[in-house]
Amino acid sequence: MSLEVLAVDDSRTMRDMLNLALSSAGFTTHLAEDGVHGLEVLSNIEPDVIITDINMPRMDGFGFMDAVRSEEKWGKIPILVLTTESADELKAKARAAGATGWIVKPFDPAKLVKALQMVTG
Amino acid sequence: MTDTEKQTDTSSIELLSFRVGGQDYSVDIMSVREIRGSAKATSLPHAPSFVKGVINLRGTVLPILDLAARLGLMAGEESERNVIIVVDLGGRTAGLMVDAVSDILAIPTDEMQTPPDLAADDARTFVSALTIVNGKMIRILDLNAVMPPQDEEAA
Amino acid sequence: MSDPMAEIRASFFIECEELLESLQDGLTLMEDGNSESETINIVFRAVHSIKGGAGAFGLDDLVHFAHRFETAMDEVRTGRLAPDADAIRLFFTCGDVLADLVRAARDDTPLPESKTEPVLAQLDALVGAQDEPEEEDFDFTPATLSLDLAGGDLAMPNLPDIPGLPPLDLSQDDADPTLSKTDAASGLKGFTILFKPDASLYASGNEPLYLLRALRDMGDIEVSCNTDKLPNIAELDPELGHLEWTIKIATDEPMEAVREVFEFVDGLCVLEISPNSGGSNESLDGEFETASALPTCAPLTTADALEKEVKPLPAETALPDIMPAPSNVEKQDPSEVSPEPVEQQKPTPPTDKATETTKTAPTQPRATVRVDLERVDRLVNLVGELVINQAMLSQSVTEAGLPPNSPVSTGLEEFLQLTRDIQESVMMIRAQPIKSLFQRMGRIVRESSASVKKEVKLHTIGENTEVDKTVIERLADPLTHMIRNAVDHGLESPEKREAAGKPREGRVTMSAQHRSGRILIEVADDGAGINRKRVREIAIEKNLIPEDMLLSDNDIDNLLFMPGFSTASEISNLSGRGVGMDVVKSSIQSLGGRITISSVEGKGTTFSISLPLTLAVLDGMVVKVGDETLVVPLNAILETLTLTDDDLKSLGPDTHVVQIRGGFVPLLDLGAELGYRPPQGKYVGGTVLLIGQEDGNRAALAVDTIEDQRQVVIKGLEGSYGRVPGIAAATILGDGQIALILDPSDLVSQASGKTKQRNASVPLVG
Repeated sequence: MSLEVLAVDDSRTMRDMLNLALSSAGFTTHLAEDGVHGLEVLSNIEPDVIITDINMPRMDGFGFMDAVRSEEKWGKIPILVLTTESADELKAKARAAGATGWIVKPFDPAKLVKALQMVTG
Repeated sequence: MTDTEKQTDTSSIELLSFRVGGQDYSVDIMSVREIRGSAKATSLPHAPSFVKGVINLRGTVLPILDLAARLGLMAGEESERNVIIVVDLGGRTAGLMVDAVSDILAIPTDEMQTPPDLAADDARTFVSALTIVNGKMIRILDLNAVMPPQDEEAA
Repeated sequence: MSDPMAEIRASFFIECEELLESLQDGLTLMEDGNSESETINIVFRAVHSIKGGAGAFGLDDLVHFAHRFETAMDEVRTGRLAPDADAIRLFFTCGDVLADLVRAARDDTPLPESKTEPVLAQLDALVGAQDEPEEEDFDFTPATLSLDLAGGDLAMPNLPDIPGLPPLDLSQDDADPTLSKTDAASGLKGFTILFKPDASLYASGNEPLYLLRALRDMGDIEVSCNTDKLPNIAELDPELGHLEWTIKIATDEPMEAVREVFEFVDGLCVLEISPNSGGSNESLDGEFETASALPTCAPLTTADALEKEVKPLPAETALPDIMPAPSNVEKQDPSEVSPEPVEQQKPTPPTDKATETTKTAPTQPRATVRVDLERVDRLVNLVGELVINQAMLSQSVTEAGLPPNSPVSTGLEEFLQLTRDIQESVMMIRAQPIKSLFQRMGRIVRESSASVKKEVKLHTIGENTEVDKTVIERLADPLTHMIRNAVDHGLESPEKREAAGKPREGRVTMSAQHRSGRILIEVADDGAGINRKRVREIAIEKNLIPEDMLLSDNDIDNLLFMPGFSTASEISNLSGRGVGMDVVKSSIQSLGGRITISSVEGKGTTFSISLPLTLAVLDGMVVKVGDETLVVPLNAILETLTLTDDDLKSLGPDTHVVQIRGGFVPLLDLGAELGYRPPQGKYVGGTVLLIGQEDGNRAALAVDTIEDQRQVVIKGLEGSYGRVPGIAAATILGDGQIALILDPSDLVSQASGKTKQRNASVPLVG
């Protein structure tokens, strides 16, 4: 039951940490460094869940979610947003853009895994 | 290596003893990297007289100090019998040219004595401690003092 | 390196340096009047990313400062704050402090608050001390569009509920089974949950089933599904949720834990959680709505049955016939009626497929690998050994007397070429743009100009010039000093500048370029130029030169490099640090470089540093002097000649000059200058190397014989022994012997020039 996860973040450190947390939890991890790259990677894999940062160069998290959600075959992939803030307003905005849930940075690996399981079953 | 004294005492120090300029000296074995035969050194311009020059030690440049000259002793005959003790001091490596290596000694630290402060001779400043082994006085070399000061030897 | 977190931490600090660089870039653009949102975003993002990573490692000081900086940048980003020159200057200072904090965190040497507080206070003053940090993360614009898209396309997940209908016992609609069935769980600690998803819940990619499963993981649950609201299939709007669940859970977990399960769907559903009667409710919080009314719905399944019942409702079982037509909101492809909209939608050309799938490897920015510098250096060393081995082999082949066109010789020739290629490639690994160094100098300019109250702008040219990493590192100190010097001494005060008809703002220009196999770095100011009269006076006052000494302008300029010289008539804040230009010169020399100075009165002063491309190899001429073999860098040699009687002239009682094409060049006896032997006295018929220096001065070096011309691997002397005057480094020759590599400029500048032996004393150098 190895889940495939696509994690999109422009910070290498954050990608490294996501990769570490996800790989240690037994997930197959794909990494991308911004929205455009995320879409490229996405066209070659079928992840069970996507994690994305918001503020990224070239294409930010909102643009990325937009593009993902507008694609029929990706429309139902759960998307978790990485955010440094936990304010409700932000969550609402993220959700409005198509996010399934969110992970507050800095994330606790256990919580990350839990959140992933929550949206993937 | 005939009269090695094995001390089981926990606080003892292992020394490599050697002869230089007709006297017995030793260094802490922890700072000894290797012992090798003498080789023709490339002399360094404007170097102090005790700096023999540099040799190629497996691809690195190793400065060679004529220890007898450094200690102000009669320089031993430079011959094939000369031995180089390669010592490492805080990342700085140098070769000490001595007459011959004698022994490895384990000396309890409480048998080490500070040298009396009377000698006016040069060698005094290079000796950090003294000890007696089989009736012979062994000088323990202060390697820091022996090494040429890094920024001044050019003068 | 076994601890992955430690590795990531180390890599975080490397990333920080890159981010700080982007930050500087962005601010520099802003300073130049660029106010594009992407420019501001770059700055914002850099700070934001540093904050994010710092948070992950619990670097609180860094997080704290970055957060405040980020807040200010967000004000700019959202247009609430239009930064003026002062604000941008403050941002630069923030960037500097941020850099300090990054390094402090890296080295675990906390920065005193006195370094950060004043800057933070200025930030507050700028931003107006707004206390709305929460708002900063999301720059949200496309909300409406996203909603439409989501609404249009994400309707599917709620459709699958329909095929799941048959197992549901709809006939019990009107019963009130809660009374009987739920009693089973009611005696236990736990909660009763009413959960009615809105259509938006399905649109968000959430799946009620998973939530129920998550609940089941917390304890025994009893789920009933109320299908009251389920319309007739004909009227069914697939985009709306029609089901609601009542879940009874027996668990020891607090209510918060239960609530957490629904975190992502909060606001996307009706959710009422109430403690079971008889259950503990210690966690009952005012903030939770605690609906006591148990809904009337059919207890449908037990926890075990849950899987079976709900599982046949996978999201995949879409009902194609009642599905709404694909949304037309897509922007990229108008021809999306195609049977394969997925393919068409693909945002990138299929050409980079190979790379796309590669984990981690970014496709758009160049793919890079991070390598420990130690590994590179090991490779560099190995290649160095290869070069030495190859030289030994060549020597053996020559000694064996094989003809030059023999297969061995030809093969060796190819080997030589390959070795050089490998060496060059390896060296390229160590090269990096000099930009990071230039940026550090930007800070020096800002700080030093502020402390002497001058207005200075730094211009940089050629910051992408690639230079060996070690060279860059070791240039930092000398360049810092040169920049301070330029600001402190080179540039005039704004008042003086205005009086001289110059703009108030002084200009310091740093440039880097590759020039004929070397790197040329220049630091130029547009100040008043060297006051040669004053320099001369000082030199005389300090007994550096005799009073009656005849000096050219160039000679006077070079007095600045003399030990013990300082031009500042009053010691200012910046200079008087015990470092003079002489130290700058020697550090440049230790890199195998040269430094020269040129100055035009009223126009400014330029320092030029010429450096070898790499510190590892050198093309040299192997010469013999007495018993010693020496290597003279080939690029210092203008020509070699054999002296004739006509060439050689006696100058003084101790010295000779060589007449070359109408000019006179001092003759230096290399063996004597190095102290290997007394001056030879007789040079006619001897071989000399004509040495050219950056400053245009020349000298003729008398050697015994020229042996060879070859590439040698540079082995530093400084690490093992120390600096030797006149000597740049050492190398290992084909026979395994060490040969010293000459530093011709240093040798010439310190030369005694004695070529005749009048007394036996060896010339004193230094």
